[in-house]
Amino acid sequence: MAATAHPSVPVVFQTHPNRYKHWKLSFDGDVATLVMNVNPGEGQREGYELKLNSYDIGVDVELADATQRIRFEHPEVRCVVVTGGLDRVFCAGANIVMLRTSTHGFKVNFCKYTNETRLYLEDASANSGVKFLAALNGTASGGGYELAIACDKILLADDRNSAVSYPEVPLLGVLPGTGGLTRITDKRKLRRDHCDAFSTVAEGIKGKRAVEWNLVDGIASLSKWNESVKEWARKLADSQPVRATKGVELDEIRCEANADARLYKYVALKFDRAQRCVELTITAPESGAKDAAEALAQGNAWWVLRAFRELDDALCHLRFNEPEITLLLVRAKGPAATWAKMDELVSGGGNWFTTETRHFVKRVLKRLDNTAKSLYAVCDESTTWVGTGLEIALACDRTYVLDDEERPVTFGVTPANKGLFPMANGISRLQTRFLGTPAKVDEVLASSGTFGASEANELGLATYSPDAIDWDDELRLAIEERTAFSPDAMTGMEANLRFAGPETMETKIFGRLSAWQNWIFQRPNAVGERGALTCYGTPNRPEFDVLRT
Amino acid sequence: MTGIDYSQKIPNNVDLAGDKRLQRALEAWQPNYLEWWAQMGPTDFNTKDIYLRTAINVGAEGWAHFGYVKMPDYRWGIFLAPQEEGRTVGFGDHFGQPAWQQVPGEYRNWLRRLIVTQADTEPASVEQQRLLGHTAPSLYDLRNLFQVNVEEGRHLWAMVYLLHTYFGKDGREEAEELLHRRSGNADHPRILGTFNEPCEDWLSFFCFTMFTDRDGKFQLLALAESGFDPLSRTCRFMLTEEAHHMFVGQTGVGRVIEKTLTLMKEHPERDVRDFGAIPIEIIQKYINFWASSSTDLYGAEISSNSANFFRSGLKGRAYEEKQADHLALDQAYAFENFVDGRISKEEVPLRNAMNEVLRDEYVRDNQKGIDYWNRIAERLNSPVRFTLPHRRFNRKIGCYSSGRFHPATGELLDESTWQAHVEQWLPTAKDKAYVKSLMKPVYEKGQYASWIAAPAKGIDDKGVDYEYVKLA
Repeated sequence: MAATAHPSVPVVFQTHPNRYKHWKLSFDGDVATLVMNVNPGEGQREGYELKLNSYDIGVDVELADATQRIRFEHPEVRCVVVTGGLDRVFCAGANIVMLRTSTHGFKVNFCKYTNETRLYLEDASANSGVKFLAALNGTASGGGYELAIACDKILLADDRNSAVSYPEVPLLGVLPGTGGLTRITDKRKLRRDHCDAFSTVAEGIKGKRAVEWNLVDGIASLSKWNESVKEWARKLADSQPVRATKGVELDEIRCEANADARLYKYVALKFDRAQRCVELTITAPESGAKDAAEALAQGNAWWVLRAFRELDDALCHLRFNEPEITLLLVRAKGPAATWAKMDELVSGGGNWFTTETRHFVKRVLKRLDNTAKSLYAVCDESTTWVGTGLEIALACDRTYVLDDEERPVTFGVTPANKGLFPMANGISRLQTRFLGTPAKVDEVLASSGTFGASEANELGLATYSPDAIDWDDELRLAIEERTAFSPDAMTGMEANLRFAGPETMETKIFGRLSAWQNWIFQRPNAVGERGALTCYGTPNRPEFDVLRT
Repeated sequence: MTGIDYSQKIPNNVDLAGDKRLQRALEAWQPNYLEWWAQMGPTDFNTKDIYLRTAINVGAEGWAHFGYVKMPDYRWGIFLAPQEEGRTVGFGDHFGQPAWQQVPGEYRNWLRRLIVTQADTEPASVEQQRLLGHTAPSLYDLRNLFQVNVEEGRHLWAMVYLLHTYFGKDGREEAEELLHRRSGNADHPRILGTFNEPCEDWLSFFCFTMFTDRDGKFQLLALAESGFDPLSRTCRFMLTEEAHHMFVGQTGVGRVIEKTLTLMKEHPERDVRDFGAIPIEIIQKYINFWASSSTDLYGAEISSNSANFFRSGLKGRAYEEKQADHLALDQAYAFENFVDGRISKEEVPLRNAMNEVLRDEYVRDNQKGIDYWNRIAERLNSPVRFTLPHRRFNRKIGCYSSGRFHPATGELLDESTWQAHVEQWLPTAKDKAYVKSLMKPVYEKGQYASWIAAPAKGIDDKGVDYEYVKLA
C-alpha cells in the first residue's frame, strides 16, 4: 500500500472558525468550548468518509488553528472544554481508510503534525494559563483518547457504555501514533501492567476502573453531565490567573505562489527543483515596534508574529506539499537592531502579547527542528544571525559561513539564546550544540555586540567557513552531496543528531513515533497484503509473520 | 455454599450441580437478578398465580410445561440445545474446522461484545413493558405479557450463563452490568436505541413483539450459526421461545385490526373511535414507527465489525446452511447507498455487508406479517391494506439516517415535504394520547377491551375465557 488510491490534494494550513467544517468554537466568559463534530463528507481528499468523529489532517488543522486563536484572540480564556458533538461517541481517532490510502510520507507527516498539535495544547496549559478539560461525552478510542490525554483533566460519561481505548494493537496491528503510549506511562503515570492491559483490549476501559487506573480523572452521569462539565471547567479556570481581556485578531497568512516560489511578506521560498532544494529566507524589516505596548497595538501586523506565522505556514507546506524537496538553504536577513529589539520585547518584562509571541516563536523553531528535511544555514553576504536569527542557524544541521570581509555576515547574541526558546529536549540550542563543552556556551553568551565570520568560526558557530574563493564550490558540493544521499537515511540520521542531551516526554513522543510506529507502519504485518491495517474493514483476516525481531 | 440445591431451583441441562465455579458465580448473581426483577419487572403482579409455560428440559415435552406459577418463583432455567456430535464451523475463515467448545482467545473480546449486546436487550424489554399489566385488555393478554416477560428473563439467564462460564472475571462484571443499565434511563441506558423507547400502551407492545422481537429472532438465527458451540446451542433453544413472542405481536395487532374492521363494516358511517376502537391510520402509523425503529437494530449497512464477526466464525447469516458459498470472500453485495444527498448503487465486499444481508431477511419476514394482517382484511371483505414502511423510512442508524424518505416509495423528500406529512406517517402526540386513553384494564374472565377482538383460541388448548391470571 505505498501509493495513494486518490490523487493527493495540497494541504492548506490557513483556516478560520467561520470556515471550520469539523469543530465549533464558542466562548462563555473565561471558558471556551471546542465541540468536535466531524463532517463525514468533508475529508481533506476523496476516498474516505470521516465517520464517528474520526479525523484527518483537515480536522487537525482546524484544531491547531483554534488552539492558536484562543491564545491570541481570547486571552480572557482560562479553560477550554474539548467535547464531542455526536451521541455516545467522542472521537474514534484518526481515520483508518485515510491512513491506509496515504503514502508513507503523508502518514508520517500527518502523525507528526497531530503530535505537534497535542503538544500545543500542553504548551498552552503550561505557559498561557489555558487549562484543557476533555469532556468525553462518549467513547474515546485511539487518537480520540490521545487527544484527551493531551488535556489537563479528563471527565468521562458514566453511562455504563462509554470507554476510553487504544484499539490500535488488537485491531490494526499498529501503535497509538499520537504520543498515546508515552503519555499513559510518563504523563498519567499508569502502572506498566495496566498500560499493557489497556493497550491490548480493543473495547477499552470504562467507568470506575478507568478512574482507578488513572485513565481519566473522573466520571459523571449523563443526567448531571452538563453541570459536571461546567463545574470542572470552572475549577480549572479559577486555578489560573487572568491574562488579559482583549485579544489580538489573527488575519489570514497569504502568499504569492507559483511553481518556483512562495513569497510571503517576510518569508520567501525559492525552489530549485532540479536540485531538490529550496532557499528559505526570513527577513526582518528596517525597524519594528519600539516597545511591548506598540507591539500589542500593531497586533497581528507586528513583524515578529507575522514573520513566524509565515515561517510556520512555509514549513508545514514544505512538509506536506513538497515531499521531493530534501534540502532547505536557510537565510536570516534584516537589520541586526530589529532582531535584537524583537528579542528584547519577547524576552520578558513586556505584556501578555509579547509573551504569547515568544511561545509561538518557540513552537515554530521546534517545528523547524522537527522538519524531516536537511537544513543548511547559509551565512553569506548580508545575512543576519542575531538572537532569534542565530537560533534559526543553530536549528540547522550545518552552518556554512562565508569568510569574506568585503561581503560581511552579521552574528550577535541576545537573551533569546539563553534558553528563551528551549528545544524539545528542554535545553537551549546552544546547550545542545555544546553538550560536551558547556564552557563554550558561556563563551558564546559572553560575546557582546555583533560580530563577523571569523569570530563566529572561533566560537564554534560555523561548521565550515570557506573564503570567498572556495565559497561557491564548497556550497555547491555540499548541496550536491547532500541531495545524493538516501532521503531515508538523512531523515533518520538528522532526527538522531538534532536532539542530543536530555530525554523529555516530547522527545520520547517524536523519537518513538519515528522509531517504532513508523517502522511498524512499513512492516508487512501492518501494511502487507494480509497485514492488519490492510485487512481492517475488509473481508480478509490478517495473517502475521510470527518471527519476533 | 448456601446449601441451595441449584439443580432443583434452576432447571438445566448444563450439569450445574457438577460445576462448582458456575454455581458460585450464579449464587452471587441470582439474588441480584431477583432484586432486579422485584424492582424492574412487572412488580405489582408478583404475588399472582399466572398460567405460564416453563421449560424444564429440552425434550419435545419438556420445553412447554404449563401450570400456575407466581413470577418470582418462575424457574428460570438454563438450557442449551443438545450438542451435535462433530459439529464444525459453518462459515468464515474457519469453515469446516471443529466448532469451539471453549472461547478462542483471539476472539474473546468480540464474542463477549456480541453476547453482551444480545443479552442487554433481554432485560431491557422487561423494563420497557413493566407497567403494561395495569392496562391489559384481557386476562389472556395479561398472561401473554407475563409469559414474554419471564422468557426474556430466562434469555438473560442463558446469556449470563455464557458470560459466567466462559469469560472469567470480565464476564461476571458484564453480567452484573446487565442488571444495572436501565431502559430509557438518562444516566445508564440500554445499549441499543430501540430498547430505550417507551412501550406504554398495548398497541406498542404488540408492535414491539412483532417487529423488535423479530429482530431478536434474526440475531439469534445468526448467532445460532456461531462456531462457538455453547452460544450456538443457547441461541437455538432461545429461538423456540422467541417464536411465541412474535405470535403474540402478530396476532395481537391482527386482533386490533380485526376489531376495527369489524366495527367499520357494521357502522360504515361512524368513526370507530365512537366505539372505543383504534382507527386504521393510527395502526398504520404505529406499524411505521416500530418497524422503522427495529430496522435500525441491524446497524450500519457497511460494517467492519460485521465482516470481522463473519470471517472469524462468530456470527453467520440466518439459515447459513442454505447458502452455497460459506466463505463469502470473493462475492460482492449490491445496495443503494445514500451519500451527500444522493442515492447511488454500490457494490461492497459481501462480508462487510452482513448487517444488510440479515436486514434483508428481516424485511422479508416482516412483509409476511403484514400479509397476514391483510388476509384478515380480505376475510372481512375490507378494502383496507396495511403496508410495511420502506426500509429507508425514518431511520436513525445507517446511511439513510441523514435523509428523509417516503414511507411507501422510499423516495427522497425535502425537509418541508417531510414536515408537511410526518403527522400522517408517524404517531402524533394526539394519536398516542388517544391510544393511551383506551388503556383500561379488563380483568374479567372471557372479556376483551373495546379495541381488540378475542383470539381465535386460547393457550394450551384452554378456552379464550380461561382464568389465565388469578387476580383475586
